[in-house]
Amino acid sequence: MRRVDGQFLVLAAINVILLGLGAAISDGAFLSIFNLQSMAGQVPEIGLLAIGVMLAMCAGDGGIDLSGIALANLSGVLSAVIVAHFVSNVEQEGLYSALFIFGALVIGFLGGLVNGTLITRFGITPILCTLGTQMAFTGLSVIVSGGKAVVVGSPEPLSSIGNEFWFGAPISFIVFIVVATLVGAALKFSPFGRWLMLSGSNPKAALYAGFPRSAVVMATYALSGTLSGLSGVIIAARNVNVKWDYGASYLLIAILIAVMAGVRPEGGYGRIVCVVFSAVALQLMSSLLNFGGLSNFVRDFAWGALLLTFLAIARYDLVSFVFPDKRR
Amino acid sequence: MTLFSTGKARTAERDGDRLGFAGFVHKYPETVTAALLVVICVVVAILNPDFLQPSSLIDIGRASVVTGLFALGVFVILAAGGIDVSFTAIAALTMYSITLLTTSYAPGLPMVLVLAMAVGGGVLLGMFNGFLVYNFGVPAMIVTIGTQYLFRGILLAFVGTVWIMALPEQMLTFGRAPMVQFTNSNGAVVTLPLYVLVLPAAAVLTWWILNRTLMGRAIFAMGGSARVAERLGYNLRTVHLFLFGFAGALAGLAGIIHVSSNRLANPFDLVGTEINVIAAVVLGGARITGGTGTVIGTLLGVLLVTVINNVLVMVGIPSTWQRFVVGTFILLAAAFFVVRQRRN
Repeated sequence: MRRVDGQFLVLAAINVILLGLGAAISDGAFLSIFNLQSMAGQVPEIGLLAIGVMLAMCAGDGGIDLSGIALANLSGVLSAVIVAHFVSNVEQEGLYSALFIFGALVIGFLGGLVNGTLITRFGITPILCTLGTQMAFTGLSVIVSGGKAVVVGSPEPLSSIGNEFWFGAPISFIVFIVVATLVGAALKFSPFGRWLMLSGSNPKAALYAGFPRSAVVMATYALSGTLSGLSGVIIAARNVNVKWDYGASYLLIAILIAVMAGVRPEGGYGRIVCVVFSAVALQLMSSLLNFGGLSNFVRDFAWGALLLTFLAIARYDLVSFVFPDKRR
Repeated sequence: MTLFSTGKARTAERDGDRLGFAGFVHKYPETVTAALLVVICVVVAILNPDFLQPSSLIDIGRASVVTGLFALGVFVILAAGGIDVSFTAIAALTMYSITLLTTSYAPGLPMVLVLAMAVGGGVLLGMFNGFLVYNFGVPAMIVTIGTQYLFRGILLAFVGTVWIMALPEQMLTFGRAPMVQFTNSNGAVVTLPLYVLVLPAAAVLTWWILNRTLMGRAIFAMGGSARVAERLGYNLRTVHLFLFGFAGALAGLAGIIHVSSNRLANPFDLVGTEINVIAAVVLGGARITGGTGTVIGTLLGVLLVTVINNVLVMVGIPSTWQRFVVGTFILLAAAFFVVRQRRN
């Protein structure tokens, strides 16, 4: 448990420092309600993808989900194309929203099942499998949309998920926190969570203990896919259009968030609360670079450097160096 | 030993003799790639005879040089059990920086030195990758995703974002120098440039390293099992540095060839094509978990992907289908190779 607390404290400290730094640089404008709301609104779509990456990594055995953003875009695009055939997004706003959200979640779930099936039934390595499905999903979105943006418009209540607030917090952010809590609870208290973590940390022991390995992996990727679908819904809610190439850099950022959160790439360990903190920290940093007037390219550079730094921190266990165990 | 058999394939040789066709495919997975390539070519040639015109074949040959060089690098790293996704960023960073240096400070620099600088730059960046992968002990893919952003960020934030249109004369000559040149039926001049020869040369060198040197043994051994390779006395640190350095050299070379043949240095080029290249290598029969694969298979995979990308339009399939088709091919090939291994 020592490592867990250390990682958590470091992430919390980073968040506080970034908020302070932002306030200092911008004379307090960084902490204005408007800026905080806008930053919180940008976290969910990428945070959900990061949770998906984390789950796949925890499953061990080279688990990783590279198809997240591709599946999120496919969910949005395909659902928008199908639903628009039956319902107008201007006349029947409520029905359109409900069908669109339902469609995107189902497509995400099915996409996740495809990944899970290919990995468990056909024994394809997760990296290769999700690399292939990433291309296939993106290709499918290009085909159904003809390569163009698909109009979703701003039907209520879909649009309010992306643009309205409850008690001052963006609804999308509340959705994200609720979903993260649910997934976290499932990991902590359900047999699924225990099977996932234990089989990730020692696949052989899990096999001999009689864990339902295939079912666990299947459920992991299906859950990751559903989270992608939800991310697709939030992307559609925040933007008027959905397009196949939205968020090209999200793949790296999702992995970066997971690694920053201390998720072990070889499997068996990861905490949802750290992923949430790490996603928020990354958003703070991104906004900070914007406030500093730096270009997007500097941000790319910073992300790369940051990912490598956190890999180094994990490797040399710098966290427990900074926070030594007091009991010893 | 022929050009085909390496690593694991050889250990399975005795089983292969007994199993007939299945054993043959197991021994030479690249025959499947070759068969697929032939089938696609025949179908396309029947649907659209224009495909067999020298000009379209030469187009495919030219288009496969850069992908081929990248693919050889990816293959060598894959054989050692890792996945590299930073090679396009290495190529973009070296090609742009070196073109910039040459045009602004040494416009008369001989082409040999330009190429040497590109290779040198690639080696340095590649070895940086190797150093990090060895020391961090995490999957190479995660490290190289990081370095991809790092290299590309350095290029676009600190080196430049402007296209270089006026290339130095020697680079243009290098990109234009013909190996074969003729005029086709409708009067257009078709050229097979000399730089195409770089790909076979690099392929032979890669084959030689993998199959005739101790380093090649070490690479396949590490791909089979890093821990066993270490106990056998291979220095994994040296192997990592060599491996990534070599892939970096190929990437640097590919970058300069890309610039010379396009007559333009665009810093936004190349990055984003890595999945295509990895797909080519995997379609060539190399297992993504390492320890297997052949140079011939890799080249066949490159041809396959290049052909798919080039002919879809010729047979009336809209270009929007390209990604989907390549993605499906990756999954089919992966499933096929896995099922095949299980049956053996």
